[in-house]
Amino acid sequence: MSTAALTHAPDAHAHDDHHYDPGFWRKWVFSTDHKMIGVQYGVTGLAFLMFGFMLMMVMRWQLAHPGEAVPYIGGLLQTFFGSSAFQPDAKGLPGVLTADGYNSFGAMHGTIMVFFGIVPVAFAAFGNFVVPLQIGAIDMTFPKINMASFWCFFISCIFMLVSFFVPGGAAKSGWTSYPPLSGIADLGPLNHVFMNGQTLWVTGMVFNITASLLGSVNFIATIIQIRAPGMTWMRLPFFVWAQFVTAFLLLLAFPPLEAAGVMQLMDRAFDTSFFMPTGLIVNGATTQWSGGGSPILWQHLFWFLAHPEVYVLILPGIGMVAEIIACNTRKPLYGYKAMVGAIFVLGFLSFIVWAHHMYMTGMGAKVSAFFQVTTIMISVPSVILVTALMLSLWGGSIRFTMPMLFATAFLPMFGIGGLTGIPLAFNAVDLYLHDTYYVIGHFHYVVAPGTIFAIFAGVYHWYPKATGRMLNEFLGRLHFWGSLIFINGIFFPMFLQGMAGVHRRWYDGGATYEQLSNAVVMGKSSIQWNSTMATSAFLLGLAQIPFIINFCWSLFHGRKASDNPWDATTVEWDTPTPPPHGNFTKEISVHRGPYEYSVPGADKDFTPQTEAPKSDQPHVPATPVAAPAH
Amino acid sequence: MQIPHEVTARPDTGLYNAKLGIWLFLASEVMLFGGLFSAYIFLRMGAEDGYWPRGLLNVPVGAANTAILIASSVTVVLAWASLKMRKFSQYKLWMGISILCGALFLIVKLAYEWPQKFDHFGAFIKKDALEHYEQYLGNHHLKEKKLPPRVEISGHLHEVEIAADPAEKEKLEVFLKRHDLEAKPDEHDAKLQVVKGKHLTPGVVEDLKRVPGVKLIAFEVALDPINADPTNPESDKPHFWYKGATEKLGKIEVKDVESWSSFAPKHSTYFAVYFTITGLHGLHVLAGVLIMLYLWLPIEGGANMFKRNPEHLANRVEVVGLFWHFVDLVWIFVFPIFYLL
Repeated sequence: MSTAALTHAPDAHAHDDHHYDPGFWRKWVFSTDHKMIGVQYGVTGLAFLMFGFMLMMVMRWQLAHPGEAVPYIGGLLQTFFGSSAFQPDAKGLPGVLTADGYNSFGAMHGTIMVFFGIVPVAFAAFGNFVVPLQIGAIDMTFPKINMASFWCFFISCIFMLVSFFVPGGAAKSGWTSYPPLSGIADLGPLNHVFMNGQTLWVTGMVFNITASLLGSVNFIATIIQIRAPGMTWMRLPFFVWAQFVTAFLLLLAFPPLEAAGVMQLMDRAFDTSFFMPTGLIVNGATTQWSGGGSPILWQHLFWFLAHPEVYVLILPGIGMVAEIIACNTRKPLYGYKAMVGAIFVLGFLSFIVWAHHMYMTGMGAKVSAFFQVTTIMISVPSVILVTALMLSLWGGSIRFTMPMLFATAFLPMFGIGGLTGIPLAFNAVDLYLHDTYYVIGHFHYVVAPGTIFAIFAGVYHWYPKATGRMLNEFLGRLHFWGSLIFINGIFFPMFLQGMAGVHRRWYDGGATYEQLSNAVVMGKSSIQWNSTMATSAFLLGLAQIPFIINFCWSLFHGRKASDNPWDATTVEWDTPTPPPHGNFTKEISVHRGPYEYSVPGADKDFTPQTEAPKSDQPHVPATPVAAPAH
Repeated sequence: MQIPHEVTARPDTGLYNAKLGIWLFLASEVMLFGGLFSAYIFLRMGAEDGYWPRGLLNVPVGAANTAILIASSVTVVLAWASLKMRKFSQYKLWMGISILCGALFLIVKLAYEWPQKFDHFGAFIKKDALEHYEQYLGNHHLKEKKLPPRVEISGHLHEVEIAADPAEKEKLEVFLKRHDLEAKPDEHDAKLQVVKGKHLTPGVVEDLKRVPGVKLIAFEVALDPINADPTNPESDKPHFWYKGATEKLGKIEVKDVESWSSFAPKHSTYFAVYFTITGLHGLHVLAGVLIMLYLWLPIEGGANMFKRNPEHLANRVEVVGLFWHFVDLVWIFVFPIFYLL
């Protein structure tokens, strides 16, 4: 029994489901298998992450070299995205990003990265693939709804992509889509009533939200209902807890934005005035709206989602990092119970901090004070999580495998992101920093070297389980060091620029604001920092090439992975690699907590959760206890 | 491959999968409608005096629809109970009644309540012109009684006065013919024309406005009772019995109008939120009716499941019943906030 996790006898694979053959379409495209859906979400999401990043590289070029055509691919870009997004430069060279193009790339970068990149990968892909395996379930509770969720998401992807190619280009009112700007955008004689950027954006979001809702119902039901026998709540791996709380955030925070999306659609398609104020004048003429609406209403509904959304972005990342740290330090997580408690408090508090994004709207001092207090409170559980992860390193015999490199880099990067957020919580400071690059730097540290590093860690960690092959170590290290250095090269100067007052939406990178641009911060003016950041962005792009090669090459030529290549304890490693339809080739029953690494007196340094206690062994507690530091 | 707890409950939660799933789904639905209801509160609190109408909707019809929905909630439970007792013909009966009730609700909504609004005309009067329309608004009377002022005149469009450019005469004639309207020169002013006809709805007038050379001058409206007799104390509070437009005509000049339209979503934030919430609710009713129909029809996965696995069918009915109760509950909130308050 004890070696079952390591080696499966060949005949153990001969299971009823071994001959499961649904045909090409049901297996690869319209699959109801949670693993395939996870992979579909993952591949789509990673492609969108790349696309969103490319939009940003073009914008970074424009900021560093305003008015200059994008070199090499400028002509291609102009042909592809059309003349609303690109124009020829003074010499007639094609490929200068227009102001409209800049706005639309910025709005779509945010939307794509958040709703089409990180959430699908960190939550949907890893959640779908890993959670049922980790809790010892044969699939998600509702496989058909799971498939519906992916295809709803896929439809929303098509809406977003199509919107680049309609007259006027994609949505350009920011990822927050604030009215009245978003209400009047892309409406006019040159725009189709439905096929215009902003309307497609809203419609795409409604589909995206529906997909998230279907997914989150499924995750929660799966975790509650079909855990394997013996998988008690406090034996759940921390990643499962993270996904559980994330699913609740999506379930409860997204619907108000769906309501808001429907209202914005009504404003645009049926001329209602949910968000259009009385007496709105555009281009010197009164508008067709009757008025009486409130732009602030949109902000409330939007941020009621979008603040919990920030935690939707980060919690799966923290969950993955927790798994990887425990496995690679060969010791239990420090303070597992405290972390579970913290993540619930975090989830709850994330619903009552949203208006700290709205200090500038003049809500009044009392309302601001309330949100200021809750915002400071939410830093407590966040700090508990990061501290517990840091302390988990203490006294461990750390293996710096590829996933572990990314996971350890996650900690200080997320730390910077979190700590720079604290000043923003204060009303008085925020009035100065609002809409500057400081804010951009803050949340990008959380999600880019934070969550995206966690995603990379997760990819390196679970790739062997999904494909049966290991990723190449050398290419991985190339990818890691390149990413770590250049991602800081992009985001760190943002703090300097932001504190100097550089606004986040300037199209020319501040060239028209001489006073600011000439202000020297750490030896360079804001303009000069722009070129550092642009160079870093291109090099960061280059650093992803080893990853892409590695990801594709290893699929066929990587070293074959065993069933449990990392010597991990959790249940997902207790299946054949890659897991067959139905996941397990034996009855799964769980006997212990998730992180029994280096248990004193055990015959090896990890004890799988499925391993039954030997009768002569001392009783092992169900929940992990921090091992004393050696 | 059989997913556990599809039909039988998991002992520690006491729920089978779908029942937990529907409760979670309903939680998200609460947030969806919660978002819309908070929008209602936000917009109503922010509305200027007089811009939030009261007593516009037909209370008896709304009350009847409420009764229909509540009745269907009872019958869906009876359908479920019949299945639990394995009485198939009773199940068919009660489920059939539930479906009919749901359909009846939708018919009332779509064939009576909504279309009525698309024919009804309303115009908000500019602040500086309110005094001019005192005879229809009765604001002096309201001020004495310390009630919020009226800023809107509504009713059925009777005729429209337009100024037409003779050079573009043909286009106007084509338009009038297409919409079965007639135009006569005004008795007092030869430059103006009066457009009349059975099909003169606010929507048609919006199209008329877009005909080249046409300028709207004034509306003549068969006034609603509240504008026909504004100082009647009966009109001070929302009325219970719905009264249609009166015979009394009132004239509104376009230059005094802030905005005008039918009682469509764009008319005001009140109608925007009314149509959005009742529309989304209507979609939920439609979904419920379709699912119940699926479980009623003799098909695989529907009523035919009774022979193979009656408990599973009972579970499905229970789940749709929970959804149906929720749809009912939403209406219990919709009815007072739009019809009564």
